[in-house]
Amino acid sequence: MTLVTIIGIALVILGLWGMLTQRNLIKIIIGFSIIDTGIHLIIVSIGYIKGKTAPIIDSPALKADAVNKVVDPIPSALVLTAIVIGLAVTALMLVYAVNLYQRKQSLDINDFKELKW
Amino acid sequence: MITLIIVILGILMIAGAVMAITMKSLLSSIIAAGVISLLASIIYLLLAAPDVAMTEAAIGSGLTTVVFLYAFSKVKAGEEDSNG
Amino acid sequence: MVKRFLVLLVLIFFTIMIIPLITDVQPQTELNSLAKKYVKDGSDELGGANLVTSVIVTYRGLDTLGEVAVLFIATAGVGFLLRRRKKALSKPVKKRESSEILQTGTLLLMPLILLFGVYIFLHGHLTPGGGFQGGVVIASGILLSFLARPQSELNHTVLHTIESLSGAFYIVIGVLGIYLAAGFLDNRIMPLGDFGRLFSAGAIPIIYSLIGLKVGSELVGILDSMQRSEL
Repeated sequence: MTLVTIIGIALVILGLWGMLTQRNLIKIIIGFSIIDTGIHLIIVSIGYIKGKTAPIIDSPALKADAVNKVVDPIPSALVLTAIVIGLAVTALMLVYAVNLYQRKQSLDINDFKELKW
Repeated sequence: MITLIIVILGILMIAGAVMAITMKSLLSSIIAAGVISLLASIIYLLLAAPDVAMTEAAIGSGLTTVVFLYAFSKVKAGEEDSNG
Repeated sequence: MVKRFLVLLVLIFFTIMIIPLITDVQPQTELNSLAKKYVKDGSDELGGANLVTSVIVTYRGLDTLGEVAVLFIATAGVGFLLRRRKKALSKPVKKRESSEILQTGTLLLMPLILLFGVYIFLHGHLTPGGGFQGGVVIASGILLSFLARPQSELNHTVLHTIESLSGAFYIVIGVLGIYLAAGFLDNRIMPLGDFGRLFSAGAIPIIYSLIGLKVGSELVGILDSMQRSEL
C-alpha cells in the first residue's frame, strides 16, 4: 500500500535528520532505530497486495486457491529476521556509547575529535 | 476504513519520531521511540503480516526499549557520581 | 551555519533519490513468479501451514543460519565490551531490593511466560510466530526475574551449554539434509506427517525450536551482561 510506503520514507528521512543534527550519542542511536523501523515498513508495504490475506494456510478452501488469496511471504520473512538483527546491533552500539562515556564522562559527539583534522 | 486507520497511525508515528528527536529529556525520547515501534506493529497486522507484527511488538517496543533504558541508567548513574 | 546548510542539502538529495519508490513502483496485483512458486508448492512440498516459516527455515535456510551467526557475533561483542574486571568482582554493588508485588508476581508469571515462549516456537509451522518470537518471549520472562531479584546470579554454564548445543544441532540437522534429502537444511529428513498437525512438516518444528533456544539464550546473554556490568 503506497500510504505505508510514504510513512516509511518519512520515518527514514526523520531518522536521518536526527542522526545528522543531534549531538548526544544516544539520540543518534535512537535516530538509527527510527530509520530501521521505516525501512521495515517500506519492505513490508511492497509485499502487500490489496484485499489478500496472511500467508498462513489454515483452511482447505484457502489451500485450494492459495495463489490468488495470500500476500507475498518473502518480504515478511526478510523483515522478521532483520528486526532481530536490529536489536542486537542496537545493543552493540549502545554498549559502545556507554564505553565511550566511561572514557570521557561525556556523551557529546563534539568531545570525540581524535580523528578530526 | 483501513486507510483511515493507517492515516491516523502514520500521523501518530511521524509525530512520535519528531518528538523522539527533538525532546530535551533522553528518557522521553526513548519512550517515544518505543511507541513508534508499537504503532508500526499495528500497521504490520493491517498489512497481513502477523509474524512481523508479533516480532515487532515483542522486540521493537519491548526489548529495544529495555536495552536503551539499561544504557541510559548506566550513563545517568555516572553523571550523578561525577556531580556529587 | 555551514553545517546546517549541508544537512539540509543531504536531506533534500536523499528525498529526491528515494521519491521514485513512491511514484514509479506500481502496487502489485498478483504475486511475482518466485512467490507464486513458494505459495503454490510450499504447503504440499514441505507440509507447513505457515508459509513465512517455510521460507525462513527451509527455502531461505542458509540466510537464517547467517542471521543467527550475526546475532551470535553481536552478542559476543556486547559480552566482550562489558566484561567484568577483576577489581570490580571483589566489591559487589549494592542494588535496591524490588517490591513485594513484583517478587510475588514474578513467581506466578515467569513459568507461564516461559511456557508461552515454548508454545510459540513449537507451533511456528502452524500459527504466526516461531523461533525468533518465541526466543524473545523467553528472554522477556528471564528479564522479569532480573527485575524481581537483582542480586541473584544467572547460571552461565547452563546458558552457554544451551546456546552451543542448539547451534551445533542446527548445523547437524542441516548437514543430515544433504545425505538424507535434497540439500542443506532440507526438512524432509523426517516424514511430513498430516498437514496441520503439531508433528508434521518434517524437521521444521525441530529446527525452529533450536533457533528459538539459541535466540533466547543469546538475548538473555545480552540482557545479563548489560544488567550486571559495573561500567
